[in-house]
Amino acid sequence: MPKVRVRKRVLVIEEIFHEGGPRARKPLRRAASLAVIHNPFAGKYVPEIAGFMEDLNPLGLEMAQSLVAALGDDPRVVEGYGKGAIVGQAGELEHGALWHVPGGYAMRAILGNAKAIVASTKKVGSLGTRLDVPITHINASYVRSHFDSMEVGIADAPRADEILLVLVMTTGPRVHARVGGLKASEIKGEDGLR
Amino acid sequence: MKAKIRKIITFVEETRIEMDKPVNPPTRRAAAAAVIENPFAGNYVEDLTELMDIGEELGSLLTERAISALGIPGPSAESYGKAAVVGENGELEHAAAILHPKLGAPIRKVLGKGAALIPSAKKRGSPGVPLDIPLGHKDAAFVRSHFDAMEIRVNDAPRANEILVAVAVTDSGRPLPRIGGLTKDQIKGEDGLR
Repeated sequence: MPKVRVRKRVLVIEEIFHEGGPRARKPLRRAASLAVIHNPFAGKYVPEIAGFMEDLNPLGLEMAQSLVAALGDDPRVVEGYGKGAIVGQAGELEHGALWHVPGGYAMRAILGNAKAIVASTKKVGSLGTRLDVPITHINASYVRSHFDSMEVGIADAPRADEILLVLVMTTGPRVHARVGGLKASEIKGEDGLR
Repeated sequence: MKAKIRKIITFVEETRIEMDKPVNPPTRRAAAAAVIENPFAGNYVEDLTELMDIGEELGSLLTERAISALGIPGPSAESYGKAAVVGENGELEHAAAILHPKLGAPIRKVLGKGAALIPSAKKRGSPGVPLDIPLGHKDAAFVRSHFDAMEIRVNDAPRANEILVAVAVTDSGRPLPRIGGLTKDQIKGEDGLR
């Protein structure tokens, strides 16, 4: 499979103190790592693409590591995660699906024993297209306070023959979470769901 | 602190390839942005001193964030810029009050020097509006390789009664500059222009 060519990397860190309610004792932090890579399959239908997932593993690890570093270099502070991809217009949605395994694997590897499926989204888009990356709790998908999302995008990406890859990590619940449901303190941690 | 900050966002961009050519070392730029309450939203107020003081506070806070995101000492920064978006209940003059009277001095203090004018942009807008922060060399405004801009946006800001304030700092100019003009090794550094 072809070599992964990274044109550009972007890191976004949000620190949220409040959203009109009481100021958080510990501000919520959300970080997104974005990489713009060349799409080796752009412009034609290529039947066999799955091998590229393995080629993406090192980039996934680098991005996951940069998120942990951005959030203070301690994987234990990470409570939520998500991932996504925007495929440039000469590519197909399936090329974005290549990110599911390497992106998810990388975050689980860096975070230790994260049990929940990594929420994800993907689409075909153009320069400046925005992506709402869904976020859920790393150990139990049903934890309602941690359902969140982070909007990301890059003004000059993805070009037609590029893919924009995204990983997101957060340090806690929505800043004024109060709609009930399963709490992080109630996680059983057996099935990744509850 | 006078500024009532709802959130702080940091962006780091690293360009490794441009038009298939490796950029060595990669060009890097960072922007830090604060979402603050606009104390004068909805009213015409003659005396804007409070916003000027807020500008002074944000000058050091945002520049320190941006520099630390780049991981470089302040004096190693090469170009800079500043910008603000006022939410719909505010006035363009509110952005001017933050940006112009007092924001520059603390930026220059963090960067050690900065003889050149800090290029700026301002507008009124709603949540998610893109902001193009102009960039210029910090010691000599005519350095042509460093004329640039960095687009940022924050999907949930500025709300009607808020102001989004941003400072951008780089460790480099454009990725592949080749349109001549004053180069950074020719800087005299006397007047901030050349």
